[in-house]
Amino acid sequence: MSKHTLSVLVENKPGVLARITALFSRRGFNIDSLAVGVTEHPDISRITIVVNVIEALPLEQVTKQLNKLVNVLKIVELEAGSAVQRELVLVKVRADNETRSQIVEIVQLFRAKTVDVSPEAVTVEATGSSDKLSAMLKMLEPYGIKELVQSGTIAIGRGARSITDRSLRALDRSA
Amino acid sequence: MTMTEQASGAHPQPRPRSGGHQSAPEHVTGAQSLIRSLEEVGADTVFGIPGGAILPAYDPLMDSTRVRHVLVRHEQGAGHAATGYAQATGRVGVCMATSGPGATNLVTPIADAHMDSVALVAITGQVASKAIGTDAFQEADIVGITMPITKHNFLVTKAEDIPRVIAQAFHIASTGRPGPVLVDIAKDALQAKTTFSWPPVMDLPGYRPVTKPHAKQIREAAKLITAAKRPVLYVGGGVLKAHATAELKVLAELTGAPVTTTLMALGAFPDSHELHVGMPGMHGAVTAVTALQKADLIVALGARFDDRVTGRLDSFAPFAKIVHADIDPAEIGKNRAADVPIVGDAREVIADLVQAVQKEHSDGHTGDYSAWWKDLNRWRETYPLGYEQPDNGSLSPQQVIERVGQLAPEGTIFAAGVGQHQMWAAHYIQYEKPATWLNSGGAGTMGYAVPAAMGAKAGAPDRTVWAIDGDGCFQMTNQELTTCALNNIPIKVAIINNGALGMVRQWQTLFYNQRYSNTVLHSGPEADGKQPSAGTRIPDFVKLSEAMGCYAIRCESPDDLDKVIEEANSINDRPVVIDFIVHEDAMVWPMVAAGTSNDEVMFARDVRPDFGDNEDD
Repeated sequence: MSKHTLSVLVENKPGVLARITALFSRRGFNIDSLAVGVTEHPDISRITIVVNVIEALPLEQVTKQLNKLVNVLKIVELEAGSAVQRELVLVKVRADNETRSQIVEIVQLFRAKTVDVSPEAVTVEATGSSDKLSAMLKMLEPYGIKELVQSGTIAIGRGARSITDRSLRALDRSA
Repeated sequence: MTMTEQASGAHPQPRPRSGGHQSAPEHVTGAQSLIRSLEEVGADTVFGIPGGAILPAYDPLMDSTRVRHVLVRHEQGAGHAATGYAQATGRVGVCMATSGPGATNLVTPIADAHMDSVALVAITGQVASKAIGTDAFQEADIVGITMPITKHNFLVTKAEDIPRVIAQAFHIASTGRPGPVLVDIAKDALQAKTTFSWPPVMDLPGYRPVTKPHAKQIREAAKLITAAKRPVLYVGGGVLKAHATAELKVLAELTGAPVTTTLMALGAFPDSHELHVGMPGMHGAVTAVTALQKADLIVALGARFDDRVTGRLDSFAPFAKIVHADIDPAEIGKNRAADVPIVGDAREVIADLVQAVQKEHSDGHTGDYSAWWKDLNRWRETYPLGYEQPDNGSLSPQQVIERVGQLAPEGTIFAAGVGQHQMWAAHYIQYEKPATWLNSGGAGTMGYAVPAAMGAKAGAPDRTVWAIDGDGCFQMTNQELTTCALNNIPIKVAIINNGALGMVRQWQTLFYNQRYSNTVLHSGPEADGKQPSAGTRIPDFVKLSEAMGCYAIRCESPDDLDKVIEEANSINDRPVVIDFIVHEDAMVWPMVAAGTSNDEVMFARDVRPDFGDNEDD
């Protein structure tokens, strides 16, 4: 079992996300995490998919099948070593006058932020790799996690090169 | 080498040109814009049924002199007719239906066209855009429903988008790996005022099919071909779709390698050619199945290593290196890893292979397959296709189909349903030319034959079209014979009537201890469950066909066989149906049982061919 992070550039049109997620389920692939947003070009959305695969072959099959979708412009696999990967987590931790300062200390250790405070709880915002976030959550767990929400992974390649350049040119040509 | 077009009308659909003259804008409704678009894209025949949401489109359709609409009796018939039309003519087939149940009735033929890579455009009406999502009358999310069974689909809610979307739909359906495209148009978009001009500018930045093969891969493939001792050219439907049969013949004769054509590729290489070793697969010829199993090189051209060809995948062709050429990169390596992957249009691939092999030859590398041919010819002689005549004097289904084939005029198109009769039609009719064999290969859609034959005849009115159908299949879609009778589409139908769902019954005979659960069609459940009690004549296919405006006769004896077929061939002013009452115990052989290895191919019941395996190394 190995995790792969795919960056999929798609036309920003209704129904495209459904086409992609349906393709994963009908071809028998499990999506570990999913994040969608527009890019610097308003006509292009970027979908970051973390997929769990058993061996190298099926990943090739899923990228080939994805490529066949008419609305898919480009697919790039981002390797962990050559890409920056981030998740965002918002977590509401039980806190009272005794524990609040301890929680704030943990938050500072992980360079996270407290974004809301009330007499019974502290809400923490943290970004980072999934390893860092799970380490932080492990530290916060003993105080009592009341609610947790986590984004899908987003990722971008290191260095000056951009994966959107050529796709943008393709889009300009057709306009 | 000359690159001549194969089938008549084998030219790709006219498509909007980017550099052409833009027509002056016309002030029209969305519906008129749709019909004008269909005219401009070259759609001459549309099969369909009107209804509420598509109704606006049917008004200007009535006035069109360039688009003929054929009013079918069920939307499934419209879809298969469009498929038959497309496969017979090489153009895009078009069907039309209203929203909700009209659209969902198209699901089966769309899935069928998807599995067999047929260029099809389905146009459906949708409820008004403001009503979408409200569970309005006759609303169905047909775009969502057909997402997994179309190459692409569109929902159109603005009249101004109609020409562009229609142009794109035809372009996507007919280029690259062909496939069905659905265009769902909201009723208010059809009613709105808009302007029409042609050609529209297409906007498909993510659609770039690769057709030109990589030269290095071609050279690698040519080297393998000339170095091989036991090569096989494994030819699939992609060769027909690419109109590459002339190139294939050159390649086969240049290399001298044996050719096997899949169920989807019958007619891509002449059955009578000495290099042709038959059809591969579950019911393939022993020689073809065994050639693939023992090959040291398989050159797959527009074929996809379907499970019905490979049998148990892990024991398929264990000694073979694989050259896999396909226009769809996702097919390469999907089921069987390729040693030399080639992405490209089959015609360009084969033409390039011819040149590369010629170069290998001129460098002194010519393959020597003489030992291989000795084996192949021995298997061919020992295990030819064949059948036994029933000893009770009844008709043998194989003989019926064989004689229909032999007595058919030149250029006849055969369309089969799904089941035993389909396999016998594949075995016992000689296919010499492309676009002479239509069937539902991937989806296995019973009921395909009659509407597909109708579509083929509508597209190629000068050619004789025979539907070879089973009595089970016929009862699913025979209502389209009414359409044929009323629209001057005189097809011919041979019902291979064994009173049973024959292929399922064959499996019950072989694998379910002859317990014939629900496969007997001629009698009710009180039959003893062991033998189909044929002869109730319910329904009476002759009367049924006559009621639909056909000439219909019954044939029960081998003595009448040629007479009735010749009679059918002589009638061209209306559809003809012959109800052939055939022996019910006939089985399809050879057979590789599901889930077993192709090494276990059975020549006949309990007869495994002797390949002299022990003598081999």
